[in-house]
Amino acid sequence: MSEDVFVLVEHHAGAVSDATHELLGMAQGLAAQTGGTVVGCLLGSEARGLADGLAADTVLYVDAPQLEAFVPEAYAAALAALVAERDPRALLIANTTVGMDVAGAVSARTGRPLIAYCSAIGVEDGALVATSQVYGGKLNAEVETDGPAVVSVVGGSAPAATGGSPSVEDVPGPDLSGIHTSFRARVEAESSDVDITAQDILVSVGRGIGGEDNIELAQELADALGATVSGSRPVTDAGWLPKSRQVGKSGRKVKPKLYLACGISGAPEHLEGMGDAELIIAINTDEKAPIFDAAHYGSTIDLFDLLPALTDQVKAVSA
Amino acid sequence: MKIVVALKQTVDLVEELELNDDGTDVEREYLTFKLNEWDEQALEEALLIKDASGADVTVVALAETDVDQSLYGALAKGADRAVKLTGDFEAGVSSHARAAALADFLRSEQFDLVLIGVQTPEDLDGQAGVILAGRLGLPHASVAVAVEPDGDGVKVSQEMGAGVTHELHISGPAVVGVQAARQAPRYVPISRIRAAMQAGGIEEQPAAGADAKAGVTVRRMFAPESSSHAEMLSGDADAVAARIIEIIRERGALRS
Ligand SMILES: Cc1cc2nc3c(=O)[nH]c(=O)nc-3n(C[C@H](O)[C@H](O)[C@H](O)COP(=O)(O)OP(=O)(O)OC[C@H]3O[C@@H](n4cnc5c(N)ncnc54)[C@H](O)[C@@H]3O)c2cc1C
Ligand SMILES: Nc1ncnc2c1ncn2[C@@H]1O[C@H](COP(=O)(O)O)[C@@H](O)[C@H]1O
Repeated sequence: MSEDVFVLVEHHAGAVSDATHELLGMAQGLAAQTGGTVVGCLLGSEARGLADGLAADTVLYVDAPQLEAFVPEAYAAALAALVAERDPRALLIANTTVGMDVAGAVSARTGRPLIAYCSAIGVEDGALVATSQVYGGKLNAEVETDGPAVVSVVGGSAPAATGGSPSVEDVPGPDLSGIHTSFRARVEAESSDVDITAQDILVSVGRGIGGEDNIELAQELADALGATVSGSRPVTDAGWLPKSRQVGKSGRKVKPKLYLACGISGAPEHLEGMGDAELIIAINTDEKAPIFDAAHYGSTIDLFDLLPALTDQVKAVSA
Repeated sequence: MKIVVALKQTVDLVEELELNDDGTDVEREYLTFKLNEWDEQALEEALLIKDASGADVTVVALAETDVDQSLYGALAKGADRAVKLTGDFEAGVSSHARAAALADFLRSEQFDLVLIGVQTPEDLDGQAGVILAGRLGLPHASVAVAVEPDGDGVKVSQEMGAGVTHELHISGPAVVGVQAARQAPRYVPISRIRAAMQAGGIEEQPAAGADAKAGVTVRRMFAPESSSHAEMLSGDADAVAARIIEIIRERGALRS
């Protein structure tokens, strides 16, 4: 085993992801403890140039036509081969769609344990010790593993590192000619709806709103405030609000002046999308809901009581 | 098309989570368990495929707490066959162990597609679907928001975030981690679930391989020590509403 810390360089449409720079920041801290170097793993097709400026000591570049876009099967095979050959202490992968798709496969293919949802990692008495988010962010787990590991890292866990000049090594990849997956298209949602990232005030509803008919309660308050209604994933998945209104990891990242979270538990995937709002007020009947750790003000009053009261009072003061 | 949907019972997060005596896991004895919400989405996607073009849907689950209810629920919704992999899983099952048990089951099954929830709240050692794919050497795609039969395999829409999806084609058997079905999961009246229970018909076979190790040890679990906590507003709805208005006025976020 080497003491190096590998990082999967995630890139889409010709650009390295922000999450990758955070991973490199985390990797620098970890490599200082293992005594190894930071090694970027760049998989692509004619994408060698993406290594420029990465905050890594070395970049291993695997080139294959099947790696042009993200093809999970090809990525897992190429990455597992790299890990098996170079035997790094840790492979850090962002907990994005890419990470959720390849980290487990690389773990199984290489027989290395996987530490998922990691938010911090270090070395203690020779063991990797990490903190992971579990149970929808309600608990953290401190875990350890003696040998090498695959680690998937949640967004926002380390400051981004940029501005390096890594040496690039071309590594022949495995034969990918027989893979069963082909990339067909990248589709961008076209939206005629409002842009929730451009709003000053969002009245945001979660599963606690209970049903499509109750969206009106939030809409009335939003109308009184001159605000827009947004929501958590279950609300848009259920069709209670359009997909374009979804806040979070797979929705939009918003930073309004006021984010009023109603009946939203504050799962890590949601917090990723609104944690930087200037003022967060949360309404949730569960006093232990993680949203209260992100909010500035909170109330455990039932939203079915509070929303109408708030609407009435806003109307009264702005009348 | 033969589809296998893997189901798992998970902790109901609405409940208060207490730690066990050594502080390394939640105290499972008093918790309520329910079908993992993403497995429910995976089941719905399988049933949508069945509705549209015909498919044979098998649901399979480890014998975790109250799993019969979920298996009968799936039968009532339209699954053709339910299999319970028996064993002692009271203490919880890691994703690697679950993947090993599912892999063992699938090795003696004929299937074209495995659908499974993209994650569960307990996936400390990763998501079981992709680990399963890795064990079986099968192609995979996770965070799927649509799966449809397409020629010699399936077409998968993979959600990448910020409104971007990727469209993939996978030929032959594959494991797909479902984030959301194309429609909200169908509702099934409790009377139909009761009828399914009365009809019985859950097949049982012992789980094999579930002793596979996750390779990570939990030292402790703890509530996140957040650097800040919301200032909680007290009083009744009117009093809290009045305070909220004061706060947003101070911040200049209120019109007028
Ligand atoms: C790959 C991936 C991507 C994801 N992306 C996103 C994303 O972009 N955005 C997102 O939001 N989620 C996302 N999720 C889902 C996320 O994990 C959570 O499941 C989701 O955020 C939970 O939504 P919620 O808070 O509305 O629902 P729940 O977690 O069910 O919370 C509902 C809350 O409402 C409260 N409540 C109930 N009734 C009332 C009442 N009457 N008054 C007040 N409070 C009440 C409850 O106490 C509870 O805390 C993603 C998940 C995955 C796996
Ligand atoms: N705990 C584990 N973590 C990661 N991979 C494993 C683990 N146990 C077994 N594997 C791998 O899974 C693959 C299939 O194992 P098996 O099905 O037991 O033959 C092999 O490549 C094993 O190395």
